[in-house]
Amino acid sequence: MIEVRTLSKFYGKKSVVEDVTVTIQPGKITSFIGPNGAGKSTLLSMVSRLLDADSGEVLIDKSDVRKLKSQDFAKRVSILKQSNYMNVRLTIRELVSFGRFPYSKGHLTEEDERIVEQSLEYMHLTEMQDSFLDELSGGQRQRAFIAMVIAQDTDYILLDEPLNNLDMKHSVQIMKILRRLVDELGKTVVIVLHDINFASVYSDRIVAMKDGRVVRDGPTEEIIQSEALSEIYDMDIPIREMDNCRICVYFNS
Amino acid sequence: MKKRYLFLALLALSGVSLFVGVSSISPMDLLDVQSEETQIFLISRVPRLVAILLAGAGMSIAGLIMQQLSRNKFVSPTTAGTLDATRLGILVSMLLFANASMLEKMAVAFAFALAGTFLFMQILDRIKFKDAIFIPLVGLMFGNILSSVTTFFAYRADVIQNMSAWLQGDFSMIMKGRYELLYISIPILVIAYFYANRFTVAGMGEDFSKNLGLSYRRVVNVGLAIVALITATVVLTVGVIPFLGLIIPNIISIFKGDHLQKTLPHTALLGANFLLVCDILGRVIIYPYEISISLMVGVIGSGIFLFLLFRGKAYA
Repeated sequence: MIEVRTLSKFYGKKSVVEDVTVTIQPGKITSFIGPNGAGKSTLLSMVSRLLDADSGEVLIDKSDVRKLKSQDFAKRVSILKQSNYMNVRLTIRELVSFGRFPYSKGHLTEEDERIVEQSLEYMHLTEMQDSFLDELSGGQRQRAFIAMVIAQDTDYILLDEPLNNLDMKHSVQIMKILRRLVDELGKTVVIVLHDINFASVYSDRIVAMKDGRVVRDGPTEEIIQSEALSEIYDMDIPIREMDNCRICVYFNS
Repeated sequence: MKKRYLFLALLALSGVSLFVGVSSISPMDLLDVQSEETQIFLISRVPRLVAILLAGAGMSIAGLIMQQLSRNKFVSPTTAGTLDATRLGILVSMLLFANASMLEKMAVAFAFALAGTFLFMQILDRIKFKDAIFIPLVGLMFGNILSSVTTFFAYRADVIQNMSAWLQGDFSMIMKGRYELLYISIPILVIAYFYANRFTVAGMGEDFSKNLGLSYRRVVNVGLAIVALITATVVLTVGVIPFLGLIIPNIISIFKGDHLQKTLPHTALLGANFLLVCDILGRVIIYPYEISISLMVGVIGSGIFLFLLFRGKAYA
């Protein structure tokens, strides 16, 4: 369980995240939604220690994240930020092997090799494991990074807009993979999403942010409601139910 | 590009290098320990070879580490002001401590090289527009500013002549007693190898490094210190060798990728090979005179550099 308590972050005098308290439940997909500049990514960065908070605290399984050693933290929480700009020429396998870095510092044991192998297989990358990352499509690269995170073997996986620059097919593929990580491997996935329909279809819980504050927090079916969404986005958003999916039809509203 | 072939080439070229020169020495002459030939061999030829190998490997590794840490394929000691900062350091040590020993000069040059490189990395952090070509241009400008400061004070103190000795890399002055400083780069290269995995991770960015539990700042600082130390020793003993740190890592990266633990040995070997070829050519083209190594590397290196730029693939 990740507990965020009265967390704030200021840039100069402007608050980006203000007094946020939210609990992320284990074994679920929690999506953060909200308009641009709501502070979602900043919050995720503070939870994963990429950014220092100005006040408040983050507890992971009851322990303060600031008190954990970086190595131990890296074995419990992983974060993927938008990484498609990366131009380091590594093969998929080399990248995935670095997921074992917190454990082995790059000198892989047999156990590490086995886990790397499994992660590649899980993401269907075994056949192309020797391709260089800069030769891959956006979707393949994103899968390689997720395979690395799987090899890192953390209970908590945080992703900052993983669907950016992906086409529809690959977006669906990535979301299905995240769902499997939760359902099959018991991971806890926290994800910042722009597309509320992906959030609606794939997440268990949704946290909605606006102007640095949490405005709504609850199970998906409670948040994907016209009344709640109009508060979050200042838009009238009708909802249609199809094949057990609640779809937000905001395109002509 | 197999390590084995690079190593065999290095052995062959080393052999050639040892027996090319103004005074002809044949392997048979070495059987007589007292002969003049053996003396020349030990005082001039062997030190020259060792200096070439260490400088070639060292500058290539320095370039590789800089490219990795700055995440830009066109950054190297030549294009980031490191060489210019080192020369400024040598000038300062000459002006402030008239009778500075080699080690004192070394310390000052190292401090300046480190400060210069660090400053460049700070500038890099503040640039929002991270274009592959724009960043080395900033580095070149930064280097030119340092260089003009050096020239100004060197002119005032009447040591221009003296300084130009460090501007032009030259192996012809290398002999016993004048190159031993370069041995410092051996343990430094070993340390670089131990840090190889950390450099690779750091090369994927600060957030990425933190995710894997790596203390990014410390790794970057170690890397910059290694670059500064290697550059300072090479400039002090041999002089400025341009382009080497730029092209060698790029060639290896194209064939072998950027996994430093795997590519460090290749980069060091290719760098030493390349410098040996340049040196041998420089010694035979206008025999019995010599073309300085920085001119040779400059001409061949800029040709290869242009080729890399025009390769079309937006790779860097």
